[in-house]
Amino acid sequence: MGIEEKLGYNVLTTTLEKIVDWGRKSSLWPATFGLACCAIEMIVTAANRWDIARFGMEAFRASPRQADLMIVAGTVTKKMMPAIERIYEQMTEPKWVIAMGACACSGGIFDSYPVVQGIDLYLPVDVYIPGCPPRPEGLLYGILKLHEKILKDPFLTKQYREKLAARKEAA
Amino acid sequence: MHPAAELLKSKFPSEVVEVMEFRGDTTVVIKPGRIKEIGLFLRDDPTVAFKYLSVVAGIDYFPQSPRFAVVYNLYSHKNHNRLTLKAYLESDTAPVIDSVTSIWATADWHEREAYDLLGIKFRGHPGLKRILLPQDWKGFPLRKEYPQRGE
Repeated sequence: MGIEEKLGYNVLTTTLEKIVDWGRKSSLWPATFGLACCAIEMIVTAANRWDIARFGMEAFRASPRQADLMIVAGTVTKKMMPAIERIYEQMTEPKWVIAMGACACSGGIFDSYPVVQGIDLYLPVDVYIPGCPPRPEGLLYGILKLHEKILKDPFLTKQYREKLAARKEAA
Repeated sequence: MHPAAELLKSKFPSEVVEVMEFRGDTTVVIKPGRIKEIGLFLRDDPTVAFKYLSVVAGIDYFPQSPRFAVVYNLYSHKNHNRLTLKAYLESDTAPVIDSVTSIWATADWHEREAYDLLGIKFRGHPGLKRILLPQDWKGFPLRKEYPQRGE
């Protein structure tokens, strides 16, 4: 039925980094929160027509402590910013941020005093999804791009390479 | 003319500055000093009976002086009619007017909004603090000199 039929009793070899990255990308758990009209598109992405469960991420978690992906879906007001920062800081590492829609990317049409001109002024954004609002396909495409990014995340070798470079510099 | 405007003119001849009519709506421009007395009179007079205050709004007419105005939209359930009171405030730098919260409880949040966005002070308000913006916000964003993106 599944992968075990093809593999049988066999051994697979891979690197720790690769398999951990694969695990991380296959089970991204987004935090449940929406800010504006983009949230409606995000909700419908999770429903049956577009079905975000196909990518192993149907589990929208109501607690940020169980989530590792923040989809900033909508206009961020300055008054909302402390709450968003708090949610982000409560999320467990490693964590990723998607800026969904024109407002989260750049403030969008709201070029005014109460609106944050792009969430990247406060949070490290991994993927920007333009659109006002982006269609569910757009959000899914952005999530797939994030999957690609996570698959290439050199979280182990990066440390090793940095150590090596430091040693070279010292010598 | 609106019966309430007539009544105000006869009752407070020194306070009524102007009565304007536009497409059936009457606006009475008054001096800001005795707003509480005028409000109480309009609420408790049995013939006009403006028991309901729809909105209190602050206005900034920047290049003009007097610069700030406060507008009260009143509604009478008894007579099914409306009246607008408008008071231009004396000071262009520290605008202030008496609070009407003791007359219409609605005024509480509306006055806080006018304070929050325009910096108009309401004397005698039970808790005049910001209502929409964060408490530590600097400046008053609906004033004309306020930069579009904030300070």
